Amino acid sequence: MHKEFLMGNEAIALGALAAGVNLVCGYPGTPSTEVLETVAKRRTEGTYVEWSVNEKCAMEVAAGAAYAGARTLVTMKQVGLNVASDPLMSLEYVGVKGGMVILVADDPGPISSQTEQDTRCFAAFSKLPCFDPSSGEEAYRMVQEAFELSEKYKTPVFLRPTTRVCHGYADVEVKDESEYSEHKAEGFVKDSKRWVIFPKLSYQAHINIEARNESLSKVFSSNELNVLTAGADNMPQEVGIAAGGISYTYVKEAEKKIGQLRTFKVSTPFPFPEEKAVEFLTGLSKVLVFEELDPVIERALIYVAGKYELPVKIYGKLTHHVQNSGENTRDSVLSAMREFVEGKTTEEGTDKTAPPELPVRPPVLCAGCPHRASFYAVKQAMKGKKTIFCGDIGCYTLGNAMPLDMVDTCLCMGAGLGIAQGVFRTEPDTSCFAFVGDSTFFASAIPGVVNAVYNRAEMTLIVLDNSTTAMTGHQPHPGTGQVMMGVKDPATYSDVTSCVDIEQVLKGIGVTVVETVNPLELETAVETVKRVSDKPGVKAIIFRSPCIALKGAVKPGNHVTVDEDTCIGCGKCIREIGCPALYMDQEKKKVCVDTSLCTGCGLCKSLCPVNAIGGAAR
Amino acid sequence: MNKNIILTGVGGQGTVLASKLLAAAAMKKGLRVMSAETIGMAQRGGSVFSHLRIGDEIESPMIAQGEADVILGFEPGETVRMLPYLKKGGLVVVSNRAVMPVTASLAGSDYNAASMLDYLSEQVENLKVIDTDRAIEDLGSAKVMNVLLLGAAVASGVLGITTDEIMDAIKTRLPEKLWELNRRALEYTESLSS
Repeated sequence: MHKEFLMGNEAIALGALAAGVNLVCGYPGTPSTEVLETVAKRRTEGTYVEWSVNEKCAMEVAAGAAYAGARTLVTMKQVGLNVASDPLMSLEYVGVKGGMVILVADDPGPISSQTEQDTRCFAAFSKLPCFDPSSGEEAYRMVQEAFELSEKYKTPVFLRPTTRVCHGYADVEVKDESEYSEHKAEGFVKDSKRWVIFPKLSYQAHINIEARNESLSKVFSSNELNVLTAGADNMPQEVGIAAGGISYTYVKEAEKKIGQLRTFKVSTPFPFPEEKAVEFLTGLSKVLVFEELDPVIERALIYVAGKYELPVKIYGKLTHHVQNSGENTRDSVLSAMREFVEGKTTEEGTDKTAPPELPVRPPVLCAGCPHRASFYAVKQAMKGKKTIFCGDIGCYTLGNAMPLDMVDTCLCMGAGLGIAQGVFRTEPDTSCFAFVGDSTFFASAIPGVVNAVYNRAEMTLIVLDNSTTAMTGHQPHPGTGQVMMGVKDPATYSDVTSCVDIEQVLKGIGVTVVETVNPLELETAVETVKRVSDKPGVKAIIFRSPCIALKGAVKPGNHVTVDEDTCIGCGKCIREIGCPALYMDQEKKKVCVDTSLCTGCGLCKSLCPVNAIGGAAR
Repeated sequence: MNKNIILTGVGGQGTVLASKLLAAAAMKKGLRVMSAETIGMAQRGGSVFSHLRIGDEIESPMIAQGEADVILGFEPGETVRMLPYLKKGGLVVVSNRAVMPVTASLAGSDYNAASMLDYLSEQVENLKVIDTDRAIEDLGSAKVMNVLLLGAAVASGVLGITTDEIMDAIKTRLPEKLWELNRRALEYTESLSS
């Protein structure tokens, strides 16, 4: 054993490797991404790792390997599980042979997601056991235990950390490589009664699953991951606190200030450890529950109290004693606990003067981002026309911000295509655009293109191809021809396989016009949009220019310059494209360039009415 | 004895590396360390922070309000935003260079460092303002602002970690050609006061 300073996601990856995982696959998504990246960096011989094209593919690849007896880990964020839910819901009935852990990272807040959905509920819905870690250290242990449990009960098992666990760092004691378990896959053994799902199989499996989950509830009741702590003698004995995930650590911190109450830490929210809950609730008159997202523990405790006729009242999100959306914080937990135990909130006691007004600082497209040029080109080309711009999931969702204001809708991965078609059916005189990134194109946009072509829609597809999955930290995808195997450092993927060509895919589907343009060549880009969008049927423009954060994409030291004598301070460059590298010097009334941000893309040069912006040789 | 440190700034300014260097130095001394970073969408020019906790009595990587011993502010406005986390008498090291948000540029707002620094000097007894433009000129590089701010905090002695210990951490994380520049950045504020 040795100690390492690890991100929660890294600890999970090392835990899986220690358990002898044979195959790891997934689709990038904050806050889950670093699990697979760490496996790629630290994997031992005999571990296969891939970024799959989407979560559904990943779930199926992992299931297939587990059918053949391999230990498998599949990783995704919470909304990715929606994509993978079709194979998941059936897989539970079929089961697995090798251990299969489904790592789904939830995102309370939400900080980088569309929804505040709770994978613990998905676990109950799919009837699969679920572990819920409160720290990276605990997740390291849980992932190993999850493999054991999965193999023993022949079922996939969830591990569900949340953002603060995934991205929190701690010094964690981990196994040396020599201590790793080795797992040999037996291979696939043909047995159609086991691996082919049929109504009869599902009926029988359902009986077994319910029986198994009843017994798992008992098993989990005696698992030491579910912790009961006695209250201190000087504290009210009839008051209890229940918590799960990161919120449990906030409770432990709050107890240092308030005092130790009887607490129940729930690490296996499904199947719920009922016997242990009864032990916890017995003798209590009221309990406050801290958890993020859905009131899963709260509802389970209400159920247990009712079932066993325990005279205890459960408080939490459902009673509005704890906020029912967003993250819990150290401060929110402390103040709710104080009020619950002592009947008063955290003392205010500040006579500080209010701070000056702070600027809002939403995330923006980077200086030099080619998406800015693409959006601007479409905006210029379509000026004065009736349009809708359907966006999608990725960095380019940020094209919604002022002054670009070029994302009218955003729903989920790949949805822009369908939304554009729906609007076209309702308002045929609207010029309908769908914007999709290159990674999202492969992940979930292709059926939308087929639908448009098949049903003869009128629309323009804009593929924003920056040669990477940028938002989640530059993962390769089918269009890049790079894979995760043989790669120690994800910044320099070395293995190159054949690329899947977006143009060929679109032409193969039957898109009538497919043109590829560099968006930074603004004039050509605008002209292309005008010409192509005017044609009938389904047509596509691929704006191709690499993400500026990719190695070698930007020449160091290359930036534009503003000639102070020529600049008239009209601010058109700032107003039109909102590049973070441009700002107005309020005293001189001249535009200035933040040279530490400017990449020299030159988009602003073409906007200046007096040609004051120069430099940046490309 | 726990130490709670908050690093705050704008996505892309290098708060994460500074936090990692401190963590590595503390771990080498055998101390427990936990931290939390902003990762994800906000890294694209949004407000970012790191919470870093050193000591044996920590359960959570997150710092509560009024609990931070030190705030390392990479940007004045972001520092004001995080000020409720500072404990009474805590140290604030802040860069005097404002990063203009695009929203403010568009609105023609006069957001500037001066009003933020005025507020900080009213509210914080133990305040160290770094003249970033001058430091960048003196050091000949804009890339070491994170190490420079870290050096100023270390020099105060509040962290219980020495310049040499940070330098050791730098040597394990950065290529040798950057060591000299980082050492000068680390010792920069001390060289000013002596």
